[in-house]
Amino acid sequence: MRWLIAFLFLASPAFAESVVLGLSQNEIAITTSFDGSEILVFGAVKREAPIPDGPPLEVIVTVAGPDEPVNVRRKAKRFGIWVNTDAVEVDRAPSFYAVATSGNLRDVLSDVEDLRYKVSVPRAIRSVGAPMEITDAASFTEALIRIRKENDLYQLMENHVAVDDQTLFRGRIELPAALTEGAYETRIFLTREGRVISQYETAIEVRKVGLERWLFSLSREQPFLYGLMSLAIAIAAGWGASAAFSLLRN
Amino acid sequence: MALDFRARTVLTGYMQIYLPIAEVSVNAFLLLGLGGMVGILSGMFGVGGGFLMTPLLFFIGIPPAVAVATEANQIVASSFSGVLAHFRRKTVDLRMGVVLLIGGLVGAALGVIVFNYLKALGQVDLLVKLCYVVFLGVIGGLMFIESLNAIRKTAKGGAVPTRKKHNWIHKLPFKMRFRVSGLYISVIPPLLVGLCVGVLAAIMGVGGGFIMVPAMIYLLGMPTKVVVGTSLFQIIFVTAFTTMLHATTNFTVDVVLAVLLLVGGVIGAQIGTRIGVKMKAEQLRILLAIMVLAVCGKLAFDLLVMPSELYSVGAVEGH
Repeated sequence: MRWLIAFLFLASPAFAESVVLGLSQNEIAITTSFDGSEILVFGAVKREAPIPDGPPLEVIVTVAGPDEPVNVRRKAKRFGIWVNTDAVEVDRAPSFYAVATSGNLRDVLSDVEDLRYKVSVPRAIRSVGAPMEITDAASFTEALIRIRKENDLYQLMENHVAVDDQTLFRGRIELPAALTEGAYETRIFLTREGRVISQYETAIEVRKVGLERWLFSLSREQPFLYGLMSLAIAIAAGWGASAAFSLLRN
Repeated sequence: MALDFRARTVLTGYMQIYLPIAEVSVNAFLLLGLGGMVGILSGMFGVGGGFLMTPLLFFIGIPPAVAVATEANQIVASSFSGVLAHFRRKTVDLRMGVVLLIGGLVGAALGVIVFNYLKALGQVDLLVKLCYVVFLGVIGGLMFIESLNAIRKTAKGGAVPTRKKHNWIHKLPFKMRFRVSGLYISVIPPLLVGLCVGVLAAIMGVGGGFIMVPAMIYLLGMPTKVVVGTSLFQIIFVTAFTTMLHATTNFTVDVVLAVLLLVGGVIGAQIGTRIGVKMKAEQLRILLAIMVLAVCGKLAFDLLVMPSELYSVGAVEGH
């Protein structure tokens, strides 16, 4: 794995405590051998005043892939076979979403703040317009989260961010192999007593490079040429292997 | 947890390959193996193997749209090497192949129109699966019974019965002589067979050999020896046409996936063609029948038994 060290310094004077962040990489290149990646998020808390008394500082890290609408379908038994009957369109769901926290999520972030900043997995998904005849729309978003959690696309990692002396923190986010391209919005929250006291945002670019990039672009920009090329490669390989086999026999 | 992840990366890192269109990472050897296995069947029976490969690709996590389109591309390759072997042995009826092909191209275009219409209705998955169950069940069942009877009669020492060669098909107009097949029949039945296969091929995402081979044997009365080569000839052009349709309208042909499958598939097809030569026609048919029935049974089972996950996540149409 390539380690591209990029330190991003940002100090916001509006907060008494703010984040100075480092990312192990701010760009992820999808190559032919891409098999997932991991991002180290590490940083420090910058403050003008001494550490306040009371409960310790907590840190939450979220990484969100590009948003997309999805269709969640449910099967039911009709005439003896299982068929898709109901469907709910979820207006906005991140293709990937990971939350890492320094404690239990409910302890480090209050419900009100979660609603405001959309931190937890269910809050990151927006679903309105369920059809009238579907009374249990919530079970469809629950199913979406369940399915994506099984595929490591949605992750909640509590107690996964280490905080030293209320000043230094580090966490690790694992990205699965099945990533879509785009800007992965990365957010860091500093909380005290469940309230967000500082927020920091940056983005990690995930994009295909080299052969992957070339093939993908060709298939979208010159689909006819791409189709012909695919066929030519297929036929050449078919003929080549056949010729090689008859050579071996003679 | 982190350590575990590292270890997994090291163990599988050399074999994993990221597919640019499918946007998933899969094991390269798994794809080569799948291609090889299906390639052997393709060479033995003259079927493209799509009816086995397409569901297998679903199981390893390839998005269904990509699996169907890429499979068409892969069938072109495995059929191409197969048909070359048959050309050398002169077991391709070119004239019959062209007639079947004309029907097939019209059918494939019709099939895509039907497919898009069903997609708009939102029940395309179910109809595709029902198509599979019905067609595989009927064809597999008929072939199984027929081949079993033929084998039983051979075992008793009697001659293999020649199939009835004169039926209603011989009363139709526009007769044409097919010298390689030793037939003098109307062009209407082969055109219709090609058309039906084209429609089904486009809807079910397969080459259609598993339907065409029995139709050629039982309906057209073609000799088993030329059936395999001739069906492969038709399949190449129909699947090439389907590949182009998918590549230009849905952008779902993954050339990296296709190349991996076909490297295994082409080698498998060569081996399969040689196995096929050594086996008796009845044995070949009964094996194919068992395979067709097994796939049919699995699909029927999935429709009848309550799935462990009732929900599924899909892309929204038009995005």
